[in-house]
Amino acid sequence: MSAIDSDALRAQSAVDAVRDMPTLYQALLLGVGALCRSDTHLVGIATGGAWLAERLQSDLKLSGEPGVLSSAMHRDDFAQRGLAAREPTRLDFDVNGAHIIVIDDVLYTGRTIRAVINELYDFGRPASVALAVLVDRNGRELPIQADVAAVRIELPVSKSVALRQDVAGELSVVIKDRR
Amino acid sequence: MLYRRNPQLNKNGELVHLLSIEGLPASILRQVLDTAENFVSVNDREVKKVPLLRGRSVFNLFFENSTRTRTTFEIAAKRLSADVINLDIARSSASKGESLLDTIANLSAMAADIFVVRHSESGAPYLIAKHVAPHVHVINAGDGRHSHPTQGLLDMFTIRHYKKDFSNLTVAIVGDVLHSRVARSDIHGLTTLGAAEVRVVGPKTLVPADLAQMGVRVCHNLEEGIRDCDVVIALRLQNERMSGALLPSAQEYFTSYGLTRERLQWAKPDAIVMHPGPINRGVEIDSDVVDGAQSVILPQVTFGIAVRMAVMSLVAGNDASE
Amino acid sequence: MKILIQGGRVVDPSSGFDQLADVAVAAGRIVSIGAVSSDFHANKTIDAQGCVVAPGLVDLAVRLREPGHEHARMLQSEMAAAVAGGVTSLVCPPDTDPVLDEPGLVEMLRYRSEKLHQCRVFPLGALTRSLRGEVLTEMVSLTQAGCVGFGQADVPLPSLKILLRALQYASTFGYSVWLRPQDRDLGTGVVASGPLATRMGLAGIPVAAETIAIYSIVALMRSSGARVHLCRLSSAAGLDLVRQAKAEGLPLTCDVSIHSLHLIDTDIGYFDSRSHLKPPLRQQRDRDAIRGALADGTIDALVSDHSPVDEDQKTLPFAESEAGASAVELLLGMALKWAEADGVALRRALEVLTSAPADIIRAGHAGPRGGAGRLVAGGVADLCVYDPYPEWVITANNLRSQGKHTPFSGYALRSRVRWTIVGGTLAFEA
Repeated sequence: MSAIDSDALRAQSAVDAVRDMPTLYQALLLGVGALCRSDTHLVGIATGGAWLAERLQSDLKLSGEPGVLSSAMHRDDFAQRGLAAREPTRLDFDVNGAHIIVIDDVLYTGRTIRAVINELYDFGRPASVALAVLVDRNGRELPIQADVAAVRIELPVSKSVALRQDVAGELSVVIKDRR
Repeated sequence: MLYRRNPQLNKNGELVHLLSIEGLPASILRQVLDTAENFVSVNDREVKKVPLLRGRSVFNLFFENSTRTRTTFEIAAKRLSADVINLDIARSSASKGESLLDTIANLSAMAADIFVVRHSESGAPYLIAKHVAPHVHVINAGDGRHSHPTQGLLDMFTIRHYKKDFSNLTVAIVGDVLHSRVARSDIHGLTTLGAAEVRVVGPKTLVPADLAQMGVRVCHNLEEGIRDCDVVIALRLQNERMSGALLPSAQEYFTSYGLTRERLQWAKPDAIVMHPGPINRGVEIDSDVVDGAQSVILPQVTFGIAVRMAVMSLVAGNDASE
Repeated sequence: MKILIQGGRVVDPSSGFDQLADVAVAAGRIVSIGAVSSDFHANKTIDAQGCVVAPGLVDLAVRLREPGHEHARMLQSEMAAAVAGGVTSLVCPPDTDPVLDEPGLVEMLRYRSEKLHQCRVFPLGALTRSLRGEVLTEMVSLTQAGCVGFGQADVPLPSLKILLRALQYASTFGYSVWLRPQDRDLGTGVVASGPLATRMGLAGIPVAAETIAIYSIVALMRSSGARVHLCRLSSAAGLDLVRQAKAEGLPLTCDVSIHSLHLIDTDIGYFDSRSHLKPPLRQQRDRDAIRGALADGTIDALVSDHSPVDEDQKTLPFAESEAGASAVELLLGMALKWAEADGVALRRALEVLTSAPADIIRAGHAGPRGGAGRLVAGGVADLCVYDPYPEWVITANNLRSQGKHTPFSGYALRSRVRWTIVGGTLAFEA
C-alpha cells in the first residue's frame, strides 16, 4: 500500500473516531471524574479547553467557576507569530498548594501545555497538576503526556484537528487540511 | 525617498513603529487596546513578569528629559523581561556634539531591538525610524508638539474601560491644545475610534480656529465646552505660555478655564475626569476634582504601563525589515 | 570660435520670433539668425533639429556658497550645474561667508567665477554691513565692483526706519533694492501657518508676515522713490498687493521660485526636511494664485532659488534642518512643466526665464551689462539649446550640484539641455 493511501486510511479512521461527540465527552467526563478529589480545581485552556471545562464543572457538580488559562504570555513562538490578543488568564483561587486538572481540547506538540504550566507558576506553586484532553493526536515535540484522553488518533502532518462550537453552543470535533 | 506607505506599518499592514496615532487604522488601535487588557491582569499577579521580550533590548533615548515617562517605559519593558538601557542625551543648542544620526547608528550597532524616543522637535522619531537598522522598532515617547501616541492610547484605553462604547461619547479637551502633543494624539484616537463629538476648549491664543480641520469643535467658553460631556481631559498649563504673551497669568486662566467641582457639574453626572500629568493643582484643575470620585487620573497611570507593554510586545512581534 | 546652430526652432520671447532658423555665432556675438552668409565657415556645427534654441537662461537666485566653501570647490560645481541647466547668467544673493559687503570680496568673486568660463555671475551686494541692519554698505563702490543690486537675502531688517534710509540712499543713485518680504517677528517659523502646521506641531509663518512686509515696503517706496524687486512671493494675498502697487505705476518687480510654483504645504509629507524651504510652501489657493500671476505678468520672473545644503544639515529633525534645495538644474524643466500643465505659451514660459529677469538685472543701475536674455543679430551670444522631449527622473544621483536634496526627488521632467553657449563659447555639451 502506498504512503498516501495509508495516510488516507488513517485520516479516515480518525474522522470516524471523533464523529460521535457525546461519546467522546462521556469518556472525558468519566476520566476527569476519576481524577477529581474534593478540592480539585478545573482550569480550561482558552478557548477550546475552557468550553469543555465549563461543561465538566457543571456535570461534576463542582462549585464556582472553572479557571481559564491563556498560553499567550509564555508561548515559544512569539518571535515568529507575534502576540495574539485573546481571552486572558483568570484564576479565582490561590494556586499555592492547589490540586489542578488542566483541560484542553487537543494535545498535539505539547508546547501549549508547557506554556500554560509556566503561566500557572506565575501565580504560585501548585501541589499537583494533571492534564485531561478530549483528543490526543500524534506529533509530540516535548515530553508531555495526558493523564486522561477521550480518544487517541493518528493523523498525517497535513491535517489539523480542532474543537468547534456552533451558534447553538453545540461542540464538535473537526478534522481538515492544514492551511 | 518619498514615503508611499505609512512608515509605521510593514508591507503586511502590521505595526512595526509607533510614531503617531494619526493614520493608523482603527483595527490597529483596537488591537493595542485588546492586547493591553491582557497585560492589566499581569500587573495584578504575584509574578508581574512575562517572558515575551526576554533577550531583547529596549533603549530609552530621551533627548528631552522626563523621569515619569521614562520610568513607565522602563517598568513596562522589564515586566516583559526585556533588558533596558537608559540614555539621557541632554540636548542643548550650544553643544551639538555628535550628530543625531551618528548616535542612532552607534546604538543600532549595539543590537538594540526597540528605541523609545522622546525629542523636543516635532518629527524627530520619523527621521530616526527612517535611519535605524531594518530589524529595529521605534516607539515615540513624545515629539515636540506633534504626537505622544502611547499617552493617546492609554487615554483611549481608560475611556473604553469606563465608558465602553465610543460612538455615544462627547469628549472635551481643555487647555493648551496648541502646544500639546497629548491633545493631538487624543484627538486622532477619538476621531479614529468614532467618538460622537470631540471638543477643544480654551482661549484663542491656545486653541486656534484651524484645529477644527482635525475634526473637532472649537469652544472658547468652558461651560459651552464641557456641557453634557462624558469625558473631560484637562491639559497641563506650562509657565512658558505666560512669557510668550499667550496668557496674562495662571490665575486668570483658572478664573476662566480651571476645572472646579462646581463647573464639573456642567458635564454629565457620571462624566470622568482625566489628566495626562503632571498636574498643576489650582491652575488647570482644582484639588477636590483631582481627588474626587469622578477622577480616573490614577488608573490612567496603571493603564499606561499595560498599554506600553502592549505596544512593545506588538511591534516586537512584527517583522520590521519589510 | 565660430559656431553654427542648424535646424533648430529659434524662440526669442522678447521679440516674439519663433521659427525654424539657423543661428551663426562668432567673436562672442550672434552674427545672424536665419539665412547664413555663404562666407561663414563654422569651426563647430551643432545639429539642433528637434531642439529649441532659446536665449540663455537668466536665474535671479542662485547660491554658489562662495565666499565660504572654497575648500569644497563649490563655485566650480554649482556653476557647472547652472550651465548644465542652460543658465548663462545668474544673480547670487549676498549671504555668503563673509557677507558680500566689501568691494574686494565682490571683485574676488567675479574674478574667480570669470576664470571658470562657465556662466556670468551678477552678485547682489549686502544692503547693510554684515546684513545686520545697522550700517549701510558702500553701495557706490560695490556697484563699481560689479553688484547689480542690494539686498538682505533672508535676513530681516530690524526696523522700518533703517529700511527707509536704505531705500532713500539706493534711490539716490538709481540702484535696485532686492527684498524678501517677510516681517521679522511674525516670520519666526518653519512651515506655513495653517491646519497642516497645527496638525504637525510645527511653528508656522502666517501669510500676514508677507503681506505686512509688502505693504510696508510699498509705502516706503512711495516716499523714497526707490526701485524694488521682491524676491520669492509665496501667497495669494501678497500677490494682490503687488498687483495694486504695479497698477499704481510704482517701480516694483517680483519673482517666484519653482518650489512655490509646484508644491504646497502637504508636500512636507512625514516631516521631510527636503521640503524645508524659505519662504515656506503654502496652500493650494496660494499655488493657484502664483501660477496665474506668473502667466499674466503680475510675477515677472521665475527663479530656481538654488541653495545647496549638505547631508548633515538636512538629516536633522525638520525644524533643526537647514532650509534650501538644489534647483538650478531643474529651472527649465519646471518652467516647461508649468507651461504644459496650465496651457501657457512657450513664449511666456521662456520670457520669465530670459528677457524678463535680464531686464530686472539691467534696471537697477546705469548702463547695460551682458546677460542679454535676447536673441538678436549683433547681440551677445548667450544661448541655450534644449531637446523638449526626453523624460528623465530627478534623483540625488543625477544632480550635478554638491547639494543632493530637492523636494522634487522622484519627479519626472521633460526636456534636456543639450548645449549651453556663453559669450560665443560652448560652456556645456550634454
